[in-house]
Amino acid sequence: MRDLTNEIVEFIRRTSTDLPKDVEERLRAAVEKEAPGSAARGALETILKNVELSRQNSTPICQDTGTPIFYVRYPEGWSTRKLRQMIRDAMEIATQKSYMRPNAVDAIYDKNTGNNLGGDDFPYIHFEEVDADEPLTIELMLKGGGCENVGVQYSLPDNTLGAGRDLAGVRKVVLDAVQKAQGQGCAPGILGVAIGGDRGSSYIKSKEILFGKIGERNPDPEVAALEERLTQEANQLGIGPMGFGGQTTVIDTKITGLHRLPASYFVSVSYMCWAYRRRKMVVKGEEVIYD
Amino acid sequence: MKTIHLPASDEVIRELRVGEPVLLNGVMVTGRDAAHKWMVETFIKKTREPKGDDLQVYEELKKLLNGGIIYHCGPVVSRDENGEYRFLAAGPTTSIREEPYQADVMKHFNVKGVIGKGGMGAKTLKGCQETPGVYLHAIGGAASYIAQSVTKVLGVFKLEFGVPEALWVIEVKDFPAVVTMDSHGGSQHAAIDEASKKVLEELLAKPY
Ligand code: SF4
Repeated sequence: MRDLTNEIVEFIRRTSTDLPKDVEERLRAAVEKEAPGSAARGALETILKNVELSRQNSTPICQDTGTPIFYVRYPEGWSTRKLRQMIRDAMEIATQKSYMRPNAVDAIYDKNTGNNLGGDDFPYIHFEEVDADEPLTIELMLKGGGCENVGVQYSLPDNTLGAGRDLAGVRKVVLDAVQKAQGQGCAPGILGVAIGGDRGSSYIKSKEILFGKIGERNPDPEVAALEERLTQEANQLGIGPMGFGGQTTVIDTKITGLHRLPASYFVSVSYMCWAYRRRKMVVKGEEVIYD
Repeated sequence: MKTIHLPASDEVIRELRVGEPVLLNGVMVTGRDAAHKWMVETFIKKTREPKGDDLQVYEELKKLLNGGIIYHCGPVVSRDENGEYRFLAAGPTTSIREEPYQADVMKHFNVKGVIGKGGMGAKTLKGCQETPGVYLHAIGGAASYIAQSVTKVLGVFKLEFGVPEALWVIEVKDFPAVVTMDSHGGSQHAAIDEASKKVLEELLAKPY
């Protein structure tokens, strides 16, 4: 099994400093919708200048380099223990190189570890085995703290919002979540919504779905329609970029479902900020491909 | 666009109104969760005994913050061979977490401006009126861009809080921000929150 530490450092660098094209395109389109001279337009223009500058100078797009969330699909026979070590070593190097801010704080003793490693859960690494002849793929998402803090979980029915246990109820709570978030999650944002599961699995799924491309729709036409509708209705709220007021509050909405217990009906909303950093690397034999 | 030189006078601050974009020039200090908690507990409410270099830092901060600005920011910082620090990424962090502390800190140190993102609440708005001071909104996530306006890192206090939480003393040139809370009781955040609440109610009333 080859050592991929350096390749993973490069992967982290790309993720932290180079915003994916699909996100950038949406932000460019959003500029045109805001009135010339408005604070909203100014915010989006600054965001886009920042995106270019980070790419050029290889500096983090945002100083909050977030929770690193890795999804690793490894061919049968690979050692997850070694892969985990490579990822952790790479994370430490990337932090030394200032691609990442030291972001792991011990919650009980209130100490920053200084190297982005903390216990077994920081960075978060999820492993899944694939067939031996398939390539190794690693996905990484950097999930910022500001937008994580406005994430919310509802337990339906919700009487205050009049939200029952169906898609109509889901629509209501998601709109409520966007209104409550205001600009705090660095709008314009992307919504990851998971319906069902338990409290834990529901939240995890609501993030996992954010690995998808912008505009990718749920295969179920009714759910897909709700995704589109939520984006459009969220934008009617007028919160706008940074909460300055304006046309674009949400860029895209993604919904997924899980099985739930008869007793529970959770709706988890993960809010991703405009600094939607997620990338993929694929290792095929000697070749390493970055998306 | 209006340029503001730091330290700023009360008159300059009173002229600023919600919605106005500004460029800031001069010296400011970063401070976020750990710093605010520490300042309030050690020097304002005095529920905690000063320890180590606390009192020395306090004397320095009194000078730096008088007429000055606190920036809610946890930067990415590099250090070269000569030990010189440089800001690589330095966008604002969410300000509302400092809501319990901010007004007291503003009044105690005569802080004229607080920069952050997402806005703050009623207590800080009152603090802005009384000090007087303003809340300035920087562009969240525009970290590389904003770092370019940080021309020099003059020093750092309380590095033991960790790099993001330490108090960094920086010199800025044309640091871009928008006034979203002014010293006359105006808050863009309150206005947008209210307007969007109305729209939400209409949307919730619609059939599925
Ligand atoms: S919410 Fe996102 S863009 Fe905003 S400060 Fe956090 S990581 Fe950066």
